[in-house]
Amino acid sequence: MFSYLRRNKSLAVGVVLLSLLALFIIVGNLTVDTELARPLSVRALQPPSWEHPFGTDRQGRDLLAAMVAGTPLTLKIGFIAGFLGVGIGTVLAFIAGYYRGITDTLIRGIADIGLTVPGLLVLIVIAVSVRGGLTVNQMAIVVASLAWLNPTRTIRSQVLTLRERGYVEVARLNGMSGPEIILREMMPNLLPYLAATLVNAVSAAILASIGLEVLGLGPLESPTLGMTLYWINFNAAILNGWWWWWTAPIVIILMVFLGLFFLTVGLDEIANPRLRQSA
Amino acid sequence: MTLLLEARHVTKYFGGGLLDRDSTVALEDFSFAIDSGRPSITAIVGESGSGKTTLARVLLGLVAPTSGTVLYQGRDLHALSGAERRNFRRDIQAIFQDPYGVYNPFYRVDHVLTTPVARFRLARSRTEARGLIEDALRAVGLRPEEILGRFPHQLSGGQRQRVMVARALLLRPHVIVADEPVSMVDASLRATILGSLRQLNQERGISIIYITHDLATAYQVADNIIVLYRANVAEAGDVERVVKAPQHPYTQLLITSIPQVSTERTWLNEQPVAQRIAPGQTGCRFVERCPVAMPVCQTMPPPLSRTEPRRVVACHHHPDPAGAQQNVLADMFVES
Amino acid sequence: MNAPGMNASGMNAPGMNASVLRVEHLRVSYDHPLGSVRAVDDVSFSLRAHERFGLAGESGSGKSTMALAILRLLRPPGRIDGGEVWLDNIALSSLSDDAMRRLRLAGIALVPQGSMNALNPVLRIRAQIADALGDHDMALSRSDLAARVRDLLGQVGLPPEVAEMYPHELSGGMKQRACIAIAICLRPKVIIADEPTSALDVVVQRQVMATLARVQQDLGAAVVLVGHDMGLMAQFVDRLGVMYAGRLVEIAPIAEIIAAPRHPYTQMLIASLPSLERKGMMQGIPGLAPLLRDLPPGCAFHPRCPQAVARCRTERPVLREVAGGIEAACHLA
Repeated sequence: MFSYLRRNKSLAVGVVLLSLLALFIIVGNLTVDTELARPLSVRALQPPSWEHPFGTDRQGRDLLAAMVAGTPLTLKIGFIAGFLGVGIGTVLAFIAGYYRGITDTLIRGIADIGLTVPGLLVLIVIAVSVRGGLTVNQMAIVVASLAWLNPTRTIRSQVLTLRERGYVEVARLNGMSGPEIILREMMPNLLPYLAATLVNAVSAAILASIGLEVLGLGPLESPTLGMTLYWINFNAAILNGWWWWWTAPIVIILMVFLGLFFLTVGLDEIANPRLRQSA
Repeated sequence: MTLLLEARHVTKYFGGGLLDRDSTVALEDFSFAIDSGRPSITAIVGESGSGKTTLARVLLGLVAPTSGTVLYQGRDLHALSGAERRNFRRDIQAIFQDPYGVYNPFYRVDHVLTTPVARFRLARSRTEARGLIEDALRAVGLRPEEILGRFPHQLSGGQRQRVMVARALLLRPHVIVADEPVSMVDASLRATILGSLRQLNQERGISIIYITHDLATAYQVADNIIVLYRANVAEAGDVERVVKAPQHPYTQLLITSIPQVSTERTWLNEQPVAQRIAPGQTGCRFVERCPVAMPVCQTMPPPLSRTEPRRVVACHHHPDPAGAQQNVLADMFVES
Repeated sequence: MNAPGMNASGMNAPGMNASVLRVEHLRVSYDHPLGSVRAVDDVSFSLRAHERFGLAGESGSGKSTMALAILRLLRPPGRIDGGEVWLDNIALSSLSDDAMRRLRLAGIALVPQGSMNALNPVLRIRAQIADALGDHDMALSRSDLAARVRDLLGQVGLPPEVAEMYPHELSGGMKQRACIAIAICLRPKVIIADEPTSALDVVVQRQVMATLARVQQDLGAAVVLVGHDMGLMAQFVDRLGVMYAGRLVEIAPIAEIIAAPRHPYTQMLIASLPSLERKGMMQGIPGLAPLLRDLPPGCAFHPRCPQAVARCRTERPVLREVAGGIEAACHLA
């Protein structure tokens, strides 16, 4: 395992970054009082000090507490939306790719049309239609509603290729039914690809959710990363010189995206044997 | 006597849908029969484009014929009930050309052996299953300890192909359809694999349909031979007769084109010259390359004629003394 | 037959007609995490102009690796470990990358395995030939180019219309002949053909090989035919080298090899060819080809050899002359 990480540097970097984040969240939640992430908990606009290592914001939130409480929320949205998206996408992809015919044309058609519509626009429309603002879980569902489009297409292509393999034909000759062939013969060979797609989808979901939040359409009460950015914007923190306010969330967002990106590249190498470096 | 597997006037076209006016005929009016009482090895010889792979797929029920029927024990393949279909799948096994693609790289090679045992409930316990599998491997000359537990890429092409033969054996089929089983295997290993097939026929009464482009191995292995040229049967019958005294010009061409290990070096020089008669819409498909083509060959397709008790030829130079007959091809294989 | 002063491998006694291609003690290895593997082990042979040499062997014998090594087309993890290749009197290892590139196609041409599938599907045949010519700084005017292409196609027996066609419009045999046309466009001195007809049926194979023979004679070039079909070798080549597990085990004029093969592997290889004369004559070679990284001690073939004696298990046989013009690497030859 470790020797492989040494060779697959991208995977190693991704794992390290995400592990650091995980450590931050776990240790943080154990040591820091997350109640301080609520507004009006502490003195406002304090630069970093021993008492408030990340400083405080204009509404009286301890920023360390906000990051410790908010980061897992953002990640949660991303994971739920990503998993839902890839889950739905996989099912649709297999149905379309294996059975072909009119079902395939239908699914493919919907996905293609969906992909041409600007995703953020659709999300905004959905978000504003929901009365009383969104909770974190509702955000996840909203983002998931579009997250299945790309995975459906890409996984379907893989299914089309796998379908022509000799061992699938042998499975048919063994009298296996469609679902059996999909689950036992084709799916195991797709696992690396699905993992890479999943990480990609999570990354895209986080981006979409942050996008919605920055526009003010997110869960106003929660200290998610995107909402923090919204408040930073709303209060013109950059212009006002409250540098500690925007440094922490940006560093964390960078770590999230870089970590996921390197993980994707690393997993891609596993999924696509042709990219593997020769020994 | 029910015929085990029968093809009646099977024709298969590809393409020719709504937007595609050009359809290709892959197989035309093919008839064939296997009598379970007399297990034999039939070789189907043709070059690429002759229709031999399509034939394999049609006989295995993987593809439905455009017209004509394939019957298993007297019942249409595509109208079988679930249980009958399971019997069919067990009774007619296949060995494919590519000894790598047929293995799922995710699983060890045991998977291709354990799956049919489980599906067709061939054993009542794990140990019984293991015993069956080991017997089958030994029957094809492999040592179970060298094969089981390995991944496909750890075995050689010859070993992988032999495992496939062992797999076919497990189910005690009556017919094995082998589609180019040795063309991707080294020459020195071919004899062993083909020898196993011969053994299966002689010792276990399994009929083999051996599909290949290699006339020489077909001659060595088979009892009967069918020579296909561009979707039609050119010549068929007893393999000794067809190879030693070929009647169809295409068969003759095939035989002389095989380079022999001998000190006589005429192979490069002797090239039969075609008459260069342009092909018509109907007429014999071989007319462009035929050294003895006649004007009638361009317009009239040659009927299959019984020229000997165990031979049929489709060539205007060999008309049937008894006049045109139906089901000539199928009859020949079934009659004693 | 060999000219006086030349032995089986075609090596010259000094002062005789120079050979056009000379391979001396070539060694090729592949680096592998589990250790280095010797794919070609101390192979030597040479060719004169007009000569047809066959290199026979099955998968894992090293013959394709050798073809690539001669042209310095090996990529890591493969590398040439030792030995030398001489074209006329130029040592190929001494050439710079650029000089070697210019020599490929112009001095030695390769028709690689499966080349008919490697034709660029979006270029017409004319353009592909022009590509080859252009790469070698042959600045031809359009009409000169058209004439040259037509001429080349004629040499391989293809009608001039083929120049305007795309590869998918051609049959397998025609594609392969187009590849031969590309290989000869710069009039090389040596043509190496690696299994040129393995994907073709027998009738087309004969046409393609006849084309190759004719083209070779017109150019006065030497041909190395790499393959495993002994029947094809018997009918095409003048001299044959048989490879097993990276080593040359027999090398002799083809008539000698057919009449009396000296090495047991050659004997069994010939015997494994199915005959059209009598049924029941198919024999194989029992056992498996050895893993190159795990070669048996002594003679690499001894585990499968029906004639092996105790000496074969311990002492590796050296390729040596056993009769006039015939070399074999066997203790019993």
